[in-house]
Amino acid sequence: MDILIINGLLIDPSQNMEQQGDLLIEDNTISGIVDQKSYSVNGDRARVKGHESKEFIVIDAKGRWVVPGLIDIHTHMRDPGYEYKEDIETGTKAAMAGGFTSICAMPNTKPINDNKSITQYMISKAKSFGHVHLFPIAAVSKGSEGSELSEIYDLVDAGAVAVSDDGMPVLSAGFLRKALLYVKPIGIPVVDHPEELSLSKSGYMNEGIASVKLGLNGIPQTAESIAVARDIMLAGETGSKLHLAHISTTFSIELVRWAKKMGIPVTCEATPHHFSLTDDAVDGYNTNAKVNPPLRSEQDRKALIEAIADGTVDCIVTDHAPHGYDEKEIEFDKALNGISGIETSLGLSLKLVHNGIIGKKRLIQLMSQRPAQIMNLKNKGTFKAGSDADVTIIDPGKTWTVDKTRFVSKGRNTPFHGMELKGRAIMTITGGTLHGNISS
Amino acid sequence: MRSEKGIIGLKYLDKKDIEQLVETAFSMREISLRSVKKVPALRGKTVVNLFFESSTRTKTSFEIAAKRLSADVVNFSYSSSSISKGETTIDTAKNIESMNPALFIIRHASSGVMELLAKHLHTPIISAGDGTNEHPTQGLLDIMTILDEKKRIDGLKVVVAGDIYHSRVARSDIYGMGKLGAKVCFFSPPTLITDDFASLGATITYDATEAFTDADVIIMLRIQLERQGTGLFPSAREYSRIFGLNEQKLKRAKPDVIVMHPGPVNRGLELSSSVADNGAHSRIMKQVENGVSVRMSAIYHTIGEGHGYTDN
Repeated sequence: MDILIINGLLIDPSQNMEQQGDLLIEDNTISGIVDQKSYSVNGDRARVKGHESKEFIVIDAKGRWVVPGLIDIHTHMRDPGYEYKEDIETGTKAAMAGGFTSICAMPNTKPINDNKSITQYMISKAKSFGHVHLFPIAAVSKGSEGSELSEIYDLVDAGAVAVSDDGMPVLSAGFLRKALLYVKPIGIPVVDHPEELSLSKSGYMNEGIASVKLGLNGIPQTAESIAVARDIMLAGETGSKLHLAHISTTFSIELVRWAKKMGIPVTCEATPHHFSLTDDAVDGYNTNAKVNPPLRSEQDRKALIEAIADGTVDCIVTDHAPHGYDEKEIEFDKALNGISGIETSLGLSLKLVHNGIIGKKRLIQLMSQRPAQIMNLKNKGTFKAGSDADVTIIDPGKTWTVDKTRFVSKGRNTPFHGMELKGRAIMTITGGTLHGNISS
Repeated sequence: MRSEKGIIGLKYLDKKDIEQLVETAFSMREISLRSVKKVPALRGKTVVNLFFESSTRTKTSFEIAAKRLSADVVNFSYSSSSISKGETTIDTAKNIESMNPALFIIRHASSGVMELLAKHLHTPIISAGDGTNEHPTQGLLDIMTILDEKKRIDGLKVVVAGDIYHSRVARSDIYGMGKLGAKVCFFSPPTLITDDFASLGATITYDATEAFTDADVIIMLRIQLERQGTGLFPSAREYSRIFGLNEQKLKRAKPDVIVMHPGPVNRGLELSSSVADNGAHSRIMKQVENGVSVRMSAIYHTIGEGHGYTDN
């Protein structure tokens, strides 16, 4: 499709750009910024100098931010196997509603995505709906059991962009070391969910005052930090790319900071729920606030925000984990972990900008540019000429109230229901295809 | 949390509620001493003992309490339940609720289950213990037993010793006694408590001398033997030697100290037989007796409709 987006605030950290301007999309590719004098608008169509043979659809983005399509590199689409929680149709549509144009989907489906037929199934199903681009993260071990390597070359040939046993940590240091060595020539990252199970297995929430008051066994912060330290050591030794999922503790952050200073090839992500909430949200046995890693203390939350601001955290991800009603409306210890977060992520992340903690460019770096770089998604996360026509248009001032009953996702498990947020995506362009309504 | 949903935790009650419940328990006690141990207060009401976790003494205590108030009591226990057929806790409770009971007495292994069920049921609930969270009637009967003996609780040094981390009794005790002004001290090996327990208003010590010195009340918690071998403590022998209570350690307490235990006692583990059976100090049997009165009070206050509990 050929599109001209005019009057918007163009924000592209890859070009250090934050300026009013007009963006030209031609043949589903970003063509570049065009000068106001080079086109003439007639209604909702425009003619552009040098492209006389074409008529461009005009989108007037006055007062909006026009940014490279947002990318969420940590989601659970639950398809195949758990379609009652989410399927690729609803999950990708929910992602689109959240402002994303690309997502990565974790392999803990049923069966586990440890073979190319499942990888291909996920990609082709997502393509058939066209809501967003879907890039599977395949299992690093067969059945995610942590003992035998998956056929990683085969999986990457089929379209997987990384490997992980997410939902579970890569169980042993020995296996993670082998995995890191094996993927080195391929250049994809190993994504680890850092958790030392011997410390976490008997707990249901963060260990702290809140867990004492609720009489719930706690998960100490070391359960995560020890695994982060282990993973960093192995990345340092092997020189392979390691991406740490959803870090949440002060010590984890300090360890990543140190690793980066040492030049170890480690990246990490943070979720909106970890930087927006603390373990106080569990009060009243709120299973919608039960998540792994658990919501932490206020000190950890502040440390995470600081790490987002100073660059220690590379990207924001949702860890979108939809569950069925009966899996959450149950005894706290039996409730499943996870938050349906893909439709609230941008609104919660925009708070960081509204509160002056980060700038607009940094936000887009966290939600588009760095995710693309970490997962080697070529021609994404940027407006450089020749990039894919993936664009998100954000109304930064639009106030709205989170209403789980209106989620596109099947997962209604959110601790943010009823919260007022400022700013949301009103339109996405995915591979040149328009979704949404600029005037909404 | 009283009249509408019953009593699901002492954390929800204020000082006045607690005092009133205990006061009523004292006046209820007389009923149990009569030859005909029954008043008609709850005639025609059905009380369901819904025990998802096995219990003998608490269930019996509640059953006797309800019967002395003339309620009809139905016992539902885990082994004969639908739970083994995969029914959820909520569904099980709602099914029984459809038979129109007046009150549920519930015990369950999951912390917070009372809050969950209170949301789904309109029938009031009295908690008979949930997970590692609360055991409110145990807290009340402990308070009653202390008041019985000491006539006051404000300013007393109350030592709660044992597996604090996993204890619903310790939590209900501190919530209740704390509100009444007791100085509660938790005594435990560091593997069975965290520093965060101080946030409940207790002092914490790992030292027996510090714990027991000048104590007015000592509550020894039951150590679950199955925790042996989980690395929380090395052996019954060492636990008993360092963290148990015996005659020698008891000497550090005030001369009129009373010793309590929620039962069942592991003799020779947390409590030596000589202390458990020491008539001058041990009030363990008194606790059991008071348990019936406290539960009569709790049931009466929850569903008694205010028309008196005497024969008149």
